[in-house]
Amino acid sequence: MIRLFANANYDFIKWRREAFSLTGAIMLVGLIFLVTRGLNYSIEFTGGTLVQVELHKRVATGDIRAALDNVGLRGADIQTFGSDTSYVIRARLTATAGATQEADAVAAAVGRALDQSVGPGQYTVVRHESVGPKVGRELQGKALMAILLSFVVTLIYLAFRFEWRFGLAAVVATAHDVVATIAFISVMHLEVSLIVVGAVLTVVGYSLNDTIIIFDRVRENLRKYRRQNLYEILNLSINETLPRSVLTHGTTIATTLALLILAGEVIRPFAWVMSFGIFTGTFSSIYIAAPVLLWIEKRWPGEDARGARTFGSRTPAPQFAPATPTASPSPRAPQPTR
Amino acid sequence: MDKRVRNRLITTGVLIVGSIMSLVPRNTRQRVVDQTTGRMKDTTIRRLPINLGLDLQGGIHLALEVDQSKGPVPDCADAIQRAERVVRTRIDEFGTTEPVVQIQGRCRLIVELAGEKDPARARSVIQRTAFLEFRITDMKNLFKDALPQMDAALRRAGVKARGGAAPSAVAQLFGGDTSKAARDSAADANAPGVLSSLLFQGQLPGEYLVPEEQWPLVDSLVQRPDVKAAMPRGIELRWGAASESRGARAYRALYAVESKPIITGEELVKAVARRDPVTNQSIVPFQLSHRGARRFSDETARHINDYMAIILDGRVQGQPPVIRGQIGANGQIELGNKSLQEASDLALVLRAGALPAPLSIIEERTIGPSLGADSIKDGVTAGVVGVVLVVVIMVGYYRMSGALAVAALTLYCLFTLAGLAAFGFTLTLPGLAGFVLSIGIAVDANVLIFERIREELVHGKSLRLAVDDGFLHAMNAIVDSNVSTVLTALILYAVGTGPVQGFAITLIIGIAASMVSAIFVVKTLFLMWLNWRPDMVTLSI
Repeated sequence: MIRLFANANYDFIKWRREAFSLTGAIMLVGLIFLVTRGLNYSIEFTGGTLVQVELHKRVATGDIRAALDNVGLRGADIQTFGSDTSYVIRARLTATAGATQEADAVAAAVGRALDQSVGPGQYTVVRHESVGPKVGRELQGKALMAILLSFVVTLIYLAFRFEWRFGLAAVVATAHDVVATIAFISVMHLEVSLIVVGAVLTVVGYSLNDTIIIFDRVRENLRKYRRQNLYEILNLSINETLPRSVLTHGTTIATTLALLILAGEVIRPFAWVMSFGIFTGTFSSIYIAAPVLLWIEKRWPGEDARGARTFGSRTPAPQFAPATPTASPSPRAPQPTR
Repeated sequence: MDKRVRNRLITTGVLIVGSIMSLVPRNTRQRVVDQTTGRMKDTTIRRLPINLGLDLQGGIHLALEVDQSKGPVPDCADAIQRAERVVRTRIDEFGTTEPVVQIQGRCRLIVELAGEKDPARARSVIQRTAFLEFRITDMKNLFKDALPQMDAALRRAGVKARGGAAPSAVAQLFGGDTSKAARDSAADANAPGVLSSLLFQGQLPGEYLVPEEQWPLVDSLVQRPDVKAAMPRGIELRWGAASESRGARAYRALYAVESKPIITGEELVKAVARRDPVTNQSIVPFQLSHRGARRFSDETARHINDYMAIILDGRVQGQPPVIRGQIGANGQIELGNKSLQEASDLALVLRAGALPAPLSIIEERTIGPSLGADSIKDGVTAGVVGVVLVVVIMVGYYRMSGALAVAALTLYCLFTLAGLAAFGFTLTLPGLAGFVLSIGIAVDANVLIFERIREELVHGKSLRLAVDDGFLHAMNAIVDSNVSTVLTALILYAVGTGPVQGFAITLIIGIAASMVSAIFVVKTLFLMWLNWRPDMVTLSI
């Protein structure tokens, strides 16, 4: 039987300040990118026209760009998409003319530009999308609402199943993941489409899932070990669920990597966000959710004030250092009093 | 065998059989444009009963709103309902299998045309102004009298009756009132005429019924120039807007109507649905313009006791009502004991023709079929690789128990696909990604259970007890974590559109399927394993 991290006994909570600093630094970088570069919204959000073409022969990107400039599409973006004969041309809405007339004009202009640079009949339009400005504005609102709504619903569910302190800690950890993921999207300059918003919401679900697995163990251990304070219980619970975390994250990362590498260009931003989300979700369950729960317990102690006990004594120093495992009575040892 | 195990095996077996049955390829009728004639025809293809989203099979997605640029439209909800009615009437003009026309929110119309490649054509069909007209049906049975000539013309052209046995069987089943037409035509020629054998006399003059699967054939027959030449002067044919069922079969109504409309939608001012307080009938009172009222009163005076077909965009809407007396500016259509819903539908038809709602396209997506095919191919490749990796990890780490989990994973895939098929949900590209992702997540329940069993074993419990307790103690965590994921997926479904909803649906079905496979099926396998080897001392976990 292979056992990874069996009887692990690491002091995770001790590193909470370092963890906060690390995540703070990441978010700062993300914030700088957000402010200076902003998010690369897809035309679903900004409104505009997208044309994806498959060229029958190879043509230099510069030629196509020059032709696009020539027909008056100066603001248009051009990108290769997967292979070097596949291009996506995006023209964001200039918010002047009516959406559809402009979309038609843009599509026609793209056609002219391609006729010039590639030659008539030498390309196939495989995808064509145009979105009016109103739809884009609505979508932005909806995406934001979806994320906030998921927080509220989770908070209510966890308050019902556990207690509000756990719910709040889980939501804080998840909010951290959303912010970190947005920072990641900004740094990677990924295109924010509806699918990517879907990925962010999946990260929310995944991260919550992970946090709940640990909190479930915390709830159980709080009943089981009456003597231990919350600091010790949290560490114990994280250690006990560690093999599960490693296994599940392993299988999930395996599938997201398969998506990232093999599932094609349309899904790639989704796969990037999911891959990052698995890391941040795992990180936040351990280093954000648990310390925040501790902090909430300190601030608003529960009935038996077990969180407060952690901070009550002058020397809370948990003696879980792996070097001296026998120095203190481990909670793993059978408890005489129940 | 243990009774508990037997019941579990039966349940699992039923689930598997049910899933396989819902996934067996079946025949579906598909309307496609015939390349040679340019007309619609039906073909039957065999395919997996899973609906593919537009992003996977290619097609056009349109979102439309009432155009308010030329002045505000006061009641956009009504305007969009009228527009929906019009688009539905025209839906046959698109050559798609399962066209989607739905109202989203209050004032938006979504039209999805799978397989359609020409956005300009789709736009023009949808944005064309609606045209409403009232025409008197063929009261003198001129069309019926001309049927033998049409049959003769077809015989000369060498058109043979197809599947001659089927109509006669229908005629028997149908009873007296419909077999008349068939008998008449059989009388003047020994062989039944091609066209007349396909038509059954309806309840009112000028109404004929055609079995639903035959109507493209009949339509192509009556469009032939030699048949058209035999058509009586002043009479035209119009199809009913929707199929209706009589008994167990679906029929499409064909109406012979006068070519000159007695009035058109321009003259209509108002139409509402109401229930008559005295007679308790559903009625649709309508009001005509001044000019229209004069013409209408002249025409109705001449046509008392005749039937008047209400035709929107060339399709007869509902059964033509009878004219009881002269009607001026205000009239009403009585629907007898039909529901108020039907009355509202009719009122909507009248309003759709009276006040055409100009639609503007606010979103348009066209996806080529090749792109969709590539997406499916890549998605499947990623899925296969993902599954292989998961199998390697699970079997490598948990050995025999891992193999059981992998066996359950196969069932998980089967159940998820069956769920998509059984509930008629659509598989989109993000849905495919969600499915691949959920394979990684699906084993989570098994990981939780196996880790628990290991812990119980470490605590010195016996094998059987450890297995039982492992499943029991892992349940809390599994339920809580999955409920929270389902909640976020539900929000995604409520807020998202199209592809994102497809993703949410796949995720929800996947979680339900993984609950069944990872908990129920794996536990059954474990119980069988323990029963098979009662002397086992160490568990391969």
